[in-house]
Amino acid sequence: MDVAIVGVGLHPFGRFGDVTGIEMGAIAIRRALADAGVAWREIEFAFAGSYEIDNPDAVVALMGLTGIPFTNVYNGCATAASALTQAANTIRLGEHQLGLAVGMDKHLPGAFSSDPRLYACPSWYGELGHFVTTKFFGMKINKYMHDHGISAATLARVAAKSYRNGALNPNAFRRKPLSEEAILASRMLNHPLTQYMFCSPDEGAAAVVLCRADQAHRYSAKPIYLRASALRTRRLGAFEVHSPWLPIEETAGPTVDASRAAFETAGIGPEDVDVIQLQDTDAGAEVIHLAENGFCADGDQERLVADGELEIGGRLPVNTDGGLIANGEPIGASGLRQVHEVVLQLRGQAGERQVPGKPKVGYTQLYGAPGVAGVSILSV
Amino acid sequence: MARIAVAEGVFTWPSDDPQLIGSRCSACGIVTFPVQDSCPRCASIEMKEHRLPRRGRLWAWTTQEFAPPSPPYAGPTGDAFVPFGVGYVELAGEVKVETRLTRADALRIGMEMELVVVPFRTDDDGNEVVTFAFRPVG
Repeated sequence: MDVAIVGVGLHPFGRFGDVTGIEMGAIAIRRALADAGVAWREIEFAFAGSYEIDNPDAVVALMGLTGIPFTNVYNGCATAASALTQAANTIRLGEHQLGLAVGMDKHLPGAFSSDPRLYACPSWYGELGHFVTTKFFGMKINKYMHDHGISAATLARVAAKSYRNGALNPNAFRRKPLSEEAILASRMLNHPLTQYMFCSPDEGAAAVVLCRADQAHRYSAKPIYLRASALRTRRLGAFEVHSPWLPIEETAGPTVDASRAAFETAGIGPEDVDVIQLQDTDAGAEVIHLAENGFCADGDQERLVADGELEIGGRLPVNTDGGLIANGEPIGASGLRQVHEVVLQLRGQAGERQVPGKPKVGYTQLYGAPGVAGVSILSV
Repeated sequence: MARIAVAEGVFTWPSDDPQLIGSRCSACGIVTFPVQDSCPRCASIEMKEHRLPRRGRLWAWTTQEFAPPSPPYAGPTGDAFVPFGVGYVELAGEVKVETRLTRADALRIGMEMELVVVPFRTDDDGNEVVTFAFRPVG
């Protein structure tokens, strides 16, 4: 059973004072329903993702108490991909025909923190100051730059592209272009990554309406088909966040595994993809993920970025809505924000940031602690 | 006041020649740090304590230039915070350990490193809490 996305909705990402995460979720759901021309009472099931909100299904109090099966998922930075995958599988299994995936979050400012023991790390690891995600990303890109000849100027160019694309996106958190010089001159947080090369935790919500592909034309003149969605966790030997030690043996990370699985399921290759969303927790992550997802060889990013190939008009348009760097990361919603953007691009509805040439295939990737990745492939 | 380790069983202490304490799987031979009771490769529960080599090479590094969120971070914050280096040191073909580095500059991948024990913080009783770290050799 194939699955189609027939509605997408977003509550803008940023800072919204007293507006609760649940309220933002309800707004995203209403927008997705309106986009699909579906009434809430027609929705047969839902999955909701959040980190901060224990019970995002409480959104039914704002939407209507219809008694549907409504399951909450939390899966680190791949939470939204997990909600989407579970929703799609529910349709694939034939259990239901029309459903919803929604993500919402409302984080405090500053780097994420937690009790290291909840990640199977010892307490002293946190006491010493090692339980910091940004430091992992600093180490990973610093090593990658050493091994594959990537420059700090490339990191600044990638971040500048995100802010430039964010300026074209009315839903983005950061809408002011920043120069490469300003990005490089901002405060160093974890060498070589400066403050403006990182995304920030923030607030927002996103929702998608899914249905059986053979019924999609009842709801949308331009259904977008979910060709694959894959989740993977780290294998022994992958270089992952929150690892007090690593074995001598080295292996590819979960992004590589999820990407290969998704391409295989979809019967589509990286060369067929027209618009790309990558997890850019920082500018270095976008650079690394471009190769980990099969879009280039290690080290080619230096030339691709310099030649503008990752820009909206380039050969490999990446993070056309500004990505995490311009949108921030409300964890539960982030992956559905990626899907929202890809759906708009494939429908030709992305306005000022529309990728030219009628893109037909889109791709999204999430990655985060403690070593989990989610990839989805969508097509017209 | 005493010089006490940040936690028991992480490195041999007190010692003039401290070593990190890991474990080795009796079934498949993998070495972990710190000690763990089960093998992350073969799921065996036959893990034996194993003391790690004191020298190795820097495999990856960055700097920690802001005070980490506290808790869980227990070290100096505010004006007392001093940026530090952090990285993985590959210990003689056995395991890579994540560690504080004694410096935050002039680091390069592949340089030879050795284990040292350095001051970390002063606890409420006035004890000096020490931790393991690695410093460039020579």
